Amino acid sequence: MSKFKSKKDNSLPAVNTASLPDIVFMLLFFFMVVTVMREDNLLIENRLPQADQVEKLDKKYPISYIYVGKPARGYEKFGTEARMQLNDKLADISEVQAFINSERAALREELVPKLTVSLKVDREANMGIVGDIKKELRKASAFRINYTTATGEATKNLD
Amino acid sequence: MAKRSAPEVNAGSMADIAFLLLIFFLVTTTIPKDSGITRKLPPIEENDEDVIIKEKNIFTVLLNGKDQLLVEDELMEIKDLRKAAVKFLDNGGDGTCSYCQGAKDPKSSDNPDKAIISLKNDRQTSYAAYITVQNELVAAYNQLRNRRALELGPKRGFPDMDFIAMEKAYDDPKFIGNREKLKEVIEQIKIEIPQKLSEVE
Repeated sequence: MSKFKSKKDNSLPAVNTASLPDIVFMLLFFFMVVTVMREDNLLIENRLPQADQVEKLDKKYPISYIYVGKPARGYEKFGTEARMQLNDKLADISEVQAFINSERAALREELVPKLTVSLKVDREANMGIVGDIKKELRKASAFRINYTTATGEATKNLD
Repeated sequence: MAKRSAPEVNAGSMADIAFLLLIFFLVTTTIPKDSGITRKLPPIEENDEDVIIKEKNIFTVLLNGKDQLLVEDELMEIKDLRKAAVKFLDNGGDGTCSYCQGAKDPKSSDNPDKAIISLKNDRQTSYAAYITVQNELVAAYNQLRNRRALELGPKRGFPDMDFIAMEKAYDDPKFIGNREKLKEVIEQIKIEIPQKLSEVE
């Protein structure tokens, strides 16, 4: 009888894990594709204020970013006053118009009027510089702006 | 010499390497989600024609360099601003506004269409305070629009939706329902309670 007995192994077969790398690679590729590395290297402090009446910025339309804040650690040589950053470098207020025009030049024609300028301003900056930027934006006819904020209780800003 | 076949590389650790990379990307991924208060700047106008607006239709909000709030020439805490703005917008002094529930005070605004909020700030005002005030003023408009949406909605087939929910549904591609009709309701509310927020330089 032993002749027949040995054929059948009663223990459960081990689950085949050969396809595990494939699954993991699939996930890996997904995350690699959706990851957006931050486009601008910030030279300034940028703690956004909070607000709760916010609208989402539509990614369908082009967005240009203007950062304002006081120079971050390691960049103290630029002073302690709030400065404006365009792309990867600190810039003067007078460069806003040129910046907007270069952003527009990179866009398809029909999207040009849809350009939104997202103002990422540090909560400790004062309104003087923001007002100046707004004036320059008006001169450049970039009227759609968004005060980009974090989502949260607005009254906590003043603590 | 006898031909030796190359030994097969052990691929057992491939999963570990892939996991390592996967975890790295999982941790570093920040899905950017920009949101904020959207404003439209006024164009620079050449002609300096003065438009005459009645004093009672203007709600002045002044934010000074020490982040103190002066509303209609009186000091006010930021937490009271929303209520004061709603009261001003919702007043309906001339009786033409059928959906207003305000006090109908003849000394305050005529109707939401004429009511203008004028915001003035100093160069020294902190951005945080400015955003807080902007937020409260937008909240006042949204509160009135939400109330109006809850009144209008059930009659037009959009019950239990406030203005924010309506706008969200309109932008949602998965929204099931009559998009055209919803747009009409949204536009009507926007006309009835327009956001007239003017910033003084």
